[in-house]
Amino acid sequence: MVEFDVVELDATDHPAAGDQAPDFTRPLVDGELWTDMSLSTLLEDGPLVLLFHPMDGAFPATYAWNEIRERGWTDEIAVVGLSISTPYAHKRLIQEREVDARLFSDPGNGVAEKYDIVNDLDGMAGVSEPRPAAFVVDGDGTIQYAWIAEEWPSFPDYDAIEAAIDEL
Amino acid sequence: MSTTRSTATETTEPLVLYRLQACPFCERVVRRLHELDIDYESRFVEARHSERDAVKRACGKRTVPAISDPNTGVTMAESANIVEYLDGTYGEHA
Repeated sequence: MVEFDVVELDATDHPAAGDQAPDFTRPLVDGELWTDMSLSTLLEDGPLVLLFHPMDGAFPATYAWNEIRERGWTDEIAVVGLSISTPYAHKRLIQEREVDARLFSDPGNGVAEKYDIVNDLDGMAGVSEPRPAAFVVDGDGTIQYAWIAEEWPSFPDYDAIEAAIDEL
Repeated sequence: MSTTRSTATETTEPLVLYRLQACPFCERVVRRLHELDIDYESRFVEARHSERDAVKRACGKRTVPAISDPNTGVTMAESANIVEYLDGTYGEHA
């Protein structure tokens, strides 16, 4: 692994395993259209993985969806993403990367505020997005596994998420 | 008549509106939905007709605005027709 400089992020009061996943409503985008949707409505269909990722076009977003596709998670469980990108950008990402998941669009970054995982972007004045984070949430809305980036950049532990999915 | 209608509106499911952001014909329908206080759910599509299969599946054509009314089973396109339908179904004289 190449060594590279990372920035440590301050500790926050984000939701953890055992907590209820804070509910929110945002436009949810699929390959064709978008419509306002709440997390609680999605949970009516069962457990899911909620993945907060950097804005569409940044390589970690591309990596994440490639990894998830190759691991075949969406055959097992609903996976929903969230970034600050617009619904238009989400549609492009879904189509270009053959993402088999739906993506919440949150340009105002309010969901990250609610989850206390705001990441102010250095060198992009006025722009903040969620810290990379992944939550495995059961059908009751309880978080069974949580990973929140403690440094920037950093990447989810896909094996750990997969183990949490298997344990549901 | 009005009694029947108020009973119907109490159990009304939201209409589904297929729309394009900033499209004036769609805004015309939105305005009427607000004026008539009709609950609705927006589904946004994009400008290219080739990207609008979802609208075609739901409403038969790829044009927007289009609505699907789960209360009556009606689906229709074209803002003038939609406004007329809304007035006739949910308006004062319905």
